[in-house]
Amino acid sequence: MIAVIDYKAGNLTSVVKALKYLGAQNIVVTQSPGEVLRADKIVLPGVGHFQATQLLSDLCLTKATREATAKGTPFLGICVGLQWLYQGSTEAPQTPGLGHFAGACERFPATFNGEELKSPHVGWNSLDNIRPDSRLLAGVKPGSFVYYTHSWRAPVSADSAATTNYGGPFTAAVERDNVMGVQFHPEKSAETGLRVLKNFLEL
Amino acid sequence: MLTKRIIACLDVRGGRVVKGIQFVDIVDAGDPAELAHRHAAAGADEIVLLDITATHEGRGTLLDTVKRTAANLFVPFTVGGGIRSAEEAAAVFDAGADKVSINSAAIARPELIGEIGSSFGAQAVIVAIDARRVKGSNDPVGAAEVYVSGGRKPTGQRVIDWAREAEQRGAGEILLTSMDCDGTRDGFDCELTRRVSEAVQIPVIASGGAGNAQHFAEVFKAGKADAALAASIFHFGVTDSRALKAEVAAAGVPMRLPC
Repeated sequence: MIAVIDYKAGNLTSVVKALKYLGAQNIVVTQSPGEVLRADKIVLPGVGHFQATQLLSDLCLTKATREATAKGTPFLGICVGLQWLYQGSTEAPQTPGLGHFAGACERFPATFNGEELKSPHVGWNSLDNIRPDSRLLAGVKPGSFVYYTHSWRAPVSADSAATTNYGGPFTAAVERDNVMGVQFHPEKSAETGLRVLKNFLEL
Repeated sequence: MLTKRIIACLDVRGGRVVKGIQFVDIVDAGDPAELAHRHAAAGADEIVLLDITATHEGRGTLLDTVKRTAANLFVPFTVGGGIRSAEEAAAVFDAGADKVSINSAAIARPELIGEIGSSFGAQAVIVAIDARRVKGSNDPVGAAEVYVSGGRKPTGQRVIDWAREAEQRGAGEILLTSMDCDGTRDGFDCELTRRVSEAVQIPVIASGGAGNAQHFAEVFKAGKADAALAASIFHFGVTDSRALKAEVAAAGVPMRLPC
């Protein structure tokens, strides 16, 4: 069973549709910690404000995710779902993230190299520095384009599985063992995005 | 590198893609779902479906069309035309849209922008602005006026002011259509697009006037557009995104090209 966590942060239709298209069966859209603990795989989508992730703690889903990932359940966070894997975000300083990865998410700077930098970062941008051992990005060629829409970004670290450049590099994908995240929207990134989701389903 | 987007727009009436030829005849250009997938496969960066009837009776047909079009479409998909409330927007999202485009309803009640954004995120709300230059003004572009109701009714509101307000109220993107250029195939209104793009932080999608690849290159460079919309240029095999994007890229604009 694949648990897609619903914490009222945007529209889950597209993610569920893409997973089904790739042949995933028994997808459960859930807010239940029990189902998260029983799941074979966990997906945390989400767009919008980091504040929305507060509901994860309120519903005991943070604890359930921690237990599930500790016993090895593959986890994929998408967009704000990736950001939540870090310690927090300046978007909602009072709301802690899962803290699985070090560092906090920060807003894009207003200017970069003396030029105005538009925010949000919306559109198709390329994946660079793909880590050769990444299971999530297996078969994805460097320079492949994926679709983004976000104003906050996660820092680059040894756990980054790929980076994208917009006002400097940020983490496009993060991966350590069974815990993974993507800042882009794989469900909206044509063949490249479907490849990433397929890799996750095949873990 | 962030690329500029080329967005294929499908004008839909009664569940079929239509296109007015010389503003009068409506020619049937095909099935929306089929055309959307064809555009996506040819490299269109996004698909926009505009319901040009947008009548109350037509809503059921529209939702069915949205559902069929969204099925197995894995690029961003926007739906616009006649969305008047957060509930109507929610129905369109449920049917599979990623973003909605609102126009007259946002002018009538600007709070709608924030209402949709609070449930579905700012990235899901595009405010569409139909703009016309004010001839005789000493700054015809700066004075450009917002029109509603399919371009029939002037509002007295300045385009640049409304774009700024829409941004402050939480719009994720602006879809700017030049009524002066729409249908001419003589090129986009680059100056108007640049003025609006410089006035806001959010992305601006240029629309109206596309006739060839050079027009796209111009609106991306001189017009500072983040994306550009094309409708009739794609129909009837005139050209497809693949060929168009290759030409725009050759003119020095970053494009997502198929491998």
